[in-house]
Amino acid sequence: MSRKIAVQIDDLTVAYNYKPVLWDIDLSIPEGVLMAIVGPNGAGKSTLIKSILDIIKPIAGSVKIYGKPYKKQRALVAYVPQKGSVDWDFPTTAFDVVMMGTYGSLGWIKRPGQKEKKAALEALEKVGMLSFRNRQISQLSGGQQQRVFLARALVQNAAIYFMDEPFQGVDATTEKAIINILKALRKAGKTVIVVHHDLQTVPEYFDWVTFLNVKKIATGPVKDIFNDDNLTKTYGINYKVALNQHPSP
Amino acid sequence: MRLYEYIELVFTDYTLRTITLGTAVLGAICGMLGSFAVLRKQSLLGDAISHAALPGIAIAFLITETKNSNAFLLGALISGLIGSFWIRGIITKTKLKSDTALGLILSLFFGFGMLLLTYIQKMPNANQAGLENYLFGQAATLLASDVWMMAIITGICFCVLLLFWKELKLSVFDADYAKTLGFNTQFLDILITAFIVIAIVLGLQTVGVVLMSAMLLAPAAAARQWTNSLAIMITLAAIFGATSGVVGTAISATHEHLSTGPVIVLIAAVFVGISFIASPSRGLLFREIRFRKNRNDLQLHKTLSFMYNIAKDHEDITHPHAIKILNNFQGFTKRSLQKLEDKNYVSIQGTMWSLTPEGYQTAANLYNQLSHINDE
Amino acid sequence: MSSAQLEIQLIASLVAIACAIPGTFLVLRKMALITDAISHAILPGIVLGFFITEDLSSPLLILLAALSGVLTVILVEFIQKTKLVKEDTAIGLVFPVLFSIGVILIAQHANDVHLDVDAVLVGELAFAPFDRLLLYQTDMGPKALWIIGSILLITLGLLITFFKELKISTFDAGLAAALGLSPVVMHYGLMTIASITTVGAFDAVGAILVIAFMIAPAATAYLLTNDLKKMLFLAAILGVIAAISGYWLAHELDASIAGAITTVLGLIFLAVYLFAPQKGYFSVRYRQRQQRIEVSLLTFLLHLGNHTDNTSERHLQHLYEHINWQKVRAKSVVNLALKNNMIQIDQDIISLTEKGHSFTKEAIDYIVTNKNAEIENMKDRFFLFRG
Repeated sequence: MSRKIAVQIDDLTVAYNYKPVLWDIDLSIPEGVLMAIVGPNGAGKSTLIKSILDIIKPIAGSVKIYGKPYKKQRALVAYVPQKGSVDWDFPTTAFDVVMMGTYGSLGWIKRPGQKEKKAALEALEKVGMLSFRNRQISQLSGGQQQRVFLARALVQNAAIYFMDEPFQGVDATTEKAIINILKALRKAGKTVIVVHHDLQTVPEYFDWVTFLNVKKIATGPVKDIFNDDNLTKTYGINYKVALNQHPSP
Repeated sequence: MRLYEYIELVFTDYTLRTITLGTAVLGAICGMLGSFAVLRKQSLLGDAISHAALPGIAIAFLITETKNSNAFLLGALISGLIGSFWIRGIITKTKLKSDTALGLILSLFFGFGMLLLTYIQKMPNANQAGLENYLFGQAATLLASDVWMMAIITGICFCVLLLFWKELKLSVFDADYAKTLGFNTQFLDILITAFIVIAIVLGLQTVGVVLMSAMLLAPAAAARQWTNSLAIMITLAAIFGATSGVVGTAISATHEHLSTGPVIVLIAAVFVGISFIASPSRGLLFREIRFRKNRNDLQLHKTLSFMYNIAKDHEDITHPHAIKILNNFQGFTKRSLQKLEDKNYVSIQGTMWSLTPEGYQTAANLYNQLSHINDE
Repeated sequence: MSSAQLEIQLIASLVAIACAIPGTFLVLRKMALITDAISHAILPGIVLGFFITEDLSSPLLILLAALSGVLTVILVEFIQKTKLVKEDTAIGLVFPVLFSIGVILIAQHANDVHLDVDAVLVGELAFAPFDRLLLYQTDMGPKALWIIGSILLITLGLLITFFKELKISTFDAGLAAALGLSPVVMHYGLMTIASITTVGAFDAVGAILVIAFMIAPAATAYLLTNDLKKMLFLAAILGVIAAISGYWLAHELDASIAGAITTVLGLIFLAVYLFAPQKGYFSVRYRQRQQRIEVSLLTFLLHLGNHTDNTSERHLQHLYEHINWQKVRAKSVVNLALKNNMIQIDQDIISLTEKGHSFTKEAIDYIVTNKNAEIENMKDRFFLFRG
């Protein structure tokens, strides 16, 4: 394939408390794909993203972002953590949270100025949350909180976006809104990598998919590899149960 | 003593002025750092560290053999830090959970401190008097040099908070994200923990080991209820803390047999109580009022939409109906009908009611809204 | 040894056992800090009780103070339910406030109350034998002994009667509720016992030693065993050992008995924390190092297995570069694999042996199906030498 490689993972092994979670993963993610990472619970999906982003230190293996280690390429990467990972009762507003997306480019000590504020407002507008900008974050619905998180990543204006279950606990309208933004990002040549739970929507939302269950099962275009064979390998014989499982709204 | 006499005394009496300033500064720094402790879910770490500081004070005395409050501070700081690192060690290296680790360090260090204190008291050295002040605090022993020390450390702490404001806020809210942006969260973590330990150690002489945790938590817990901005929360917490210090000192200075520490803590608790009940956005009182209002509104809406369903089948929406057909409907009462009339949604003639065009429109909107919500 | 000395040690040992029982359950239920809150918050209850009864060891006072302990728990839970502050903040707010009220009450009535706040915190075991229970002018022994003895008997009786219920509700509250055992009743029952024990013991040993007796022996025992019954026994025994040796330490130093007992408890915990065979600091460190190398070994073998057809991926040099390990670790991993006959090296090209193949295959199966215990068994079967 002649496409440029956005993320290159070699021989990645990760263990929590010396219990292996990811084993010897080799994975190349081409530039400009909208990719889902799917797999059963405990398959290491979030761990994969976190170790790409250097939040978790792997035991072995290497990760390259456009050919260089993550540390040198931070500016190219944006991250949307799982919604449940933060305290939503924290005293801050939607606008403030989105502003946090600009902190990385500012670096230590420097304060955000007019430019950053403008970028944050634009991002809020993109996700349809401009009128909620002064709301305290606990007063937002689950879908709105997720949009704020997405806006924070958009502000980073990155080349690669990593998202950990952005559709968990959101309403149908937000799900549509988010997927439209993700598709727009892909159209703009960005690479988007999403940990995803709802197998039914994979063919509709994504063009690339990685099956993961501790080991990498398969990776490639959805139309080529999203089939019974790989689903069985990933989820076991009862994968159809998993397919029909709707994530609870 | 009249209030203004007291105020005059604060400005003229050297000791009282020192104590008042000291408790005010202490309240302010505890409020600031306590906000971080509360938001980082480390509320009880303060309690454990303040108890863990006791053996440090005793050992500092055993080494220097004099009452030197700077040496005590250093000793308390070192043993407080050892305690907090051991807590972390217990949580990460064993299966014991944080509550057990905190309780262990708290009681074991404190007991060891008591052993040393009682040992010191039996020593043939007349200088040891006053060590037990660290148990419950003795604001009266504050010297001008102690207050200067507190003020300088508070100043440094304030500058550090300003300097690393954005980083601290980000790492407390979302540490993983802060890491991906390239911020050293471990450094920030150590920075804020160190300052919390310092604030606790500073407060020991004034409010004592046992009550120190309240000094840290109460202003922050009260401030959190009034605002949704971290900056305002910290400012408010500092103000609440300082006010508790000043008012507590005043009350204990003007009454006999009232030690300063417990009074300050009770004043801070009054702030918490008022905030929990009366804060407009989060307080229990307004929550209850809103809850009642919502329930009444819901009843009203139910009746209105019931009327709407009857009325919409008629060509003329203002067609009158008998009131008694509403009687079997649950949200209906005479009062709710009266309210609907007051709002000009229905008009009543004798035993008949009819929707006004305005009422019909409101009901229709409500109906659409409801079905819209169900869609989502 | 005089009879007073014997009595002090007896009282301290009974307190240790009486605290170990509720303490074990509190530690297992992750509620250890509630003892901290209760032991401080009962102070106003004790003072008010003293105003009424004018006798520190009256059963009515104990009941009143225990009631204020349970009230503390209810108040903490009420604040937690409002969701205005985080859970631990609620504890941290409630007990200093109640304690302050107690301190002020005592100070206000300093002349009529022979209660010293220091004594509440630290207690004075040395005086316990002097307060004697007189029945028809006969000396029945120290009052504290009778109080603690009866509390211990009640606690033991409840423990034996409700052992099964306590066990289930501690380890699986959901199951307990489904079986019709009310976790709420168990919860408040435990809190009441903890309060009564705290109050009954405070006069003799002080609040801090009560906290230490509740948490430290249970936590130490928890590092040594996973069995609830053994944990209860161990906690009680450790408490008694600390009580007796602490007494003699205090005797030597001529210092606070409560302080000395707590110090011994601390030393016992420190020793177990560092040297416990399974969960101690050193054995955890050792095991982690061992597992680190073994996980690396598994990774390495799996990598070889994945690239049976590609010799460049299996070149010795590749390990140093591609897998991104430091040389030392890579070498020790390769050596371990060689020692265990998992690999063979031919002209710097590494390949799996028959044994290496079957080992890798089994390991993957277990990991994918999440049977981690099986991996340990498997290691025992395959490894001649551990990492």
